[in-house]
Amino acid sequence: MSDLSNLLDTEPVVATAGTDLLAESIEQQGAEVIRTDWRPPEAGTEAALAALAADGRNTKANETAVARMLAVRPQFVDVSVARDVFPDMTPRTFFHAGPPLTWDRASGPMRGAIIGAMMYEGLADGPEDAEAKAMRGEIDLSPCHHHGAVGPMAGVTSPSMPVAVVADGAGDGVAYSTLNEGLGKVLRYGAFAPEAIDRLHWMDAVLGPVLSAVLQSRGPIDLQSLIAQALQMGDDGHNRNRAVTSLFLRELGGALVDGADAPVDQRADVFRFIDGNDHFMLNLVMAAGKLGSDAASDVPASSLVTVMARNGTDFGIRLSGTGDEWFVAPAPPVDGLYLGSFTEEDASPDIGDSTITETVGLGGFAMAAAPAIVGFVGGTAAGAVRRTLAMYEITLAEHPMYQIPMLEFRGTPVGIDAARVVRTGVLPQINTGVAGKVPGTGMVGAGLVEAPMECFAQAIRALAATLD
Amino acid sequence: MIARVEIHPGRYHDSVRLMQASKALQNVEGVTDALVAMATELNLSLLADMGFDMDAVADAGPNDLVLALRAENEGAIATAHLVLDDALTHKAAPSGGLDAPDPKTVGSAAAVGDANIALLSVPGEHAFVEAMEALESGRHVMIFSDNVPIEQEIILKTYGGDHGLLVMGPDCGTTIVNGIGLGFANAVQPGSVSMVGASGTGIQQMCALLDDAGIGVRHALGTGSRDLSEDVGAASTLQALQALDEDPATDLIAVISKPPAAPIAEKVRRAAETCGKPVVITFMGERTLEEGAGDVLAALGKPPAQYGSWPAANEDHRPGSVRGLFSGGTLSSEAQFVVAPILGEVGSREGGEGHTFVDYGDDEYTQGRAHPMIDQTVRIERLSAAARDETVGVILMDVVLGYGANANPATELAPFIEQAVTAGAAVVVSLCGTRGDPQGRDAQAEILNRAGASVFLSNAAAAREVARLATARTSA
Repeated sequence: MSDLSNLLDTEPVVATAGTDLLAESIEQQGAEVIRTDWRPPEAGTEAALAALAADGRNTKANETAVARMLAVRPQFVDVSVARDVFPDMTPRTFFHAGPPLTWDRASGPMRGAIIGAMMYEGLADGPEDAEAKAMRGEIDLSPCHHHGAVGPMAGVTSPSMPVAVVADGAGDGVAYSTLNEGLGKVLRYGAFAPEAIDRLHWMDAVLGPVLSAVLQSRGPIDLQSLIAQALQMGDDGHNRNRAVTSLFLRELGGALVDGADAPVDQRADVFRFIDGNDHFMLNLVMAAGKLGSDAASDVPASSLVTVMARNGTDFGIRLSGTGDEWFVAPAPPVDGLYLGSFTEEDASPDIGDSTITETVGLGGFAMAAAPAIVGFVGGTAAGAVRRTLAMYEITLAEHPMYQIPMLEFRGTPVGIDAARVVRTGVLPQINTGVAGKVPGTGMVGAGLVEAPMECFAQAIRALAATLD
Repeated sequence: MIARVEIHPGRYHDSVRLMQASKALQNVEGVTDALVAMATELNLSLLADMGFDMDAVADAGPNDLVLALRAENEGAIATAHLVLDDALTHKAAPSGGLDAPDPKTVGSAAAVGDANIALLSVPGEHAFVEAMEALESGRHVMIFSDNVPIEQEIILKTYGGDHGLLVMGPDCGTTIVNGIGLGFANAVQPGSVSMVGASGTGIQQMCALLDDAGIGVRHALGTGSRDLSEDVGAASTLQALQALDEDPATDLIAVISKPPAAPIAEKVRRAAETCGKPVVITFMGERTLEEGAGDVLAALGKPPAQYGSWPAANEDHRPGSVRGLFSGGTLSSEAQFVVAPILGEVGSREGGEGHTFVDYGDDEYTQGRAHPMIDQTVRIERLSAAARDETVGVILMDVVLGYGANANPATELAPFIEQAVTAGAAVVVSLCGTRGDPQGRDAQAEILNRAGASVFLSNAAAAREVARLATARTSA
């Protein structure tokens, strides 16, 4: 091909990076120039970026991976029990949020949640007993993400817990999450008080079975449609889920009233429980995200971020092109607002699998849809929009379903490209809750945090090493 | 008449937006009825009232999108789908009234304004990644940066060649596209001569000579200083040559290069022979750009030109060797090529005995400061030193005008030229510029001339004058 007609027959429009003087001298001649706010890539990634560019597969691989991520049609099909859906789960297995972790390195809220779950499972008489057993290695820890699952905050999932089953209406994928307990003194924030344990028992005895029966009678619920609507009602799908939970309850309403073979008082309790918890849908949004994340995995040479997750000690990411490998850095502190008399002194570092929402174009990436969230850091509505706009620079696509009214219904930025993160220095923006650092405390606040650069730098180097 | 009802499960859009989309569909030629809506009971009853087959929507619910069309033919249905996608895809100003952050990579910048060229002047070690991104997004690339590894240059040019995209550079100082200069470039009159040049100042000198002879320029495509090396194999030069041969508005092509590798020079000559248009080749080290320009004029049926010059009022000067203080690499090597047969060996590094012509645009002298075409500090310092140096008889400088260059180089240099002339040295300036250049070519020439320099628009002529002055003195 030698036809350079779109060079030779058109007035040049020039995108420039580098010396401003060259841009100015083109403008001086009356031609259009688009300047780049260019900066050198993160130190230590130059060779890896050059290797990726030279290899030539990265761009196509990313297109493939993000298309797979966007092709899933998550359906909430059932509620089952953890031990029944996870073949590798033994009676002493506990799944947790984030990258792999050992008890000795676990943060306060993670320890609190594991203690609570051991008591809930009847493996310990009390907190001291649980701690001693955990320390002796009498339990097995494994990341939720290794089992097609996700869990918010500590993300602790134990064998008796009910789990939501989210299936792909357009494929074979299935993803799982626990059911959301509500706010305050709850296990996922590291609380193990009797009220937290009692609630877990009610969830497996009543909530799970009733939801399962209702879903069987009314059929699956299309989650993507609910999320898309909720973004136009002020939700971000991570830290604000009031609209999506309300929409969900409307979906459920008829079948819940109809009966579905459950006693009326139980059905009423289920209605009140979901109605009383704005975050009920968070776990389902996360499972929907996990479905997309898994679908996008294992595309050779792709720098698409499939997972961002934290365990309270480490922040870890995975890329589509690097298989099961985790790239970790210390979990950062969260910048936010604190409940009651709690302060940042009481806060544990960033924790939870809920950052799966950001990896699929929700949460911090959809903040322009939920400007109230920026209030957590004293920002403005305009600031929320700016944060979302910044994310387009590091993402591969605009979500075809999730749209932001304020941006003229532009699709949310989706599909983080780790290469673009290290090139631009723009870090993924995360909206999140904050857990107390002392085991048993529970939730202390909420706020905003950025994913650590170190994870992305490591990941890009590892991806480059996979190229022949 | 065709009726079509489709369900898109789980695809949600706001009802107002869908009403707008329905309206857009109704306006499609050949479409008689159209409805796009969420499949609520109300909308389904609307659909039934419109007489559509309701079997297709039996399983649809309020979270599913339904599209119903009645049209005269399949073409109208297909158009309606395109219109629907367009209506439901965001495209307005994306920022919600707020300024979007500036693009951070050249690929995203190019997408913002639908640019057709990416111009990179980032440090050479980072240019490859940006260039590859620009190419993969379908943009031509000019890489002003130097210090780009040659393996990367080959990858870029191979990709460009395979995808119909021109890679100009690395180390490409000058390109002119449709009269718009990128990098260091002169203002040219519109014309039908196009150039391909693996030499920035080579292109600039050719532009200046043709401009002085009244010849306009259409394109001047820089290809980077290494394009005619054995490894790169003239990839971009051959690509540009063929494209210009096919360009209806180009009547003649001038090819310019720094000294090429012999087999590659041969390859370019053979390619030129297959062109349908006259091709004038000037390879440095074989002949001068003045000779090349002469061939261009002859091919266009024009008489030979007398290029402008402003002789010094007084040509007496002290004896001594020649100092060449250049900002353009090709101008420096061309001047050496001209004087060497007359004056003998000329050094190209500082500190040598005898005649030296140094290119201050070389990396060695540009670390941490702008190119000497912009920042003359180093050359002015060397000019002063040469004026003080009793062993220097003649000083030769180039002054390059045009976009990107210093706004008023003559005025900056004038006092130091005066100093040198007063000290007894002769100063000769090779002034590379066109009449349209923003600095004002003739005004610059007069300032330099008034300061005591003889000024030549032809670099070769300036070099011959230097040789004449140096030998006249020696024989005297």
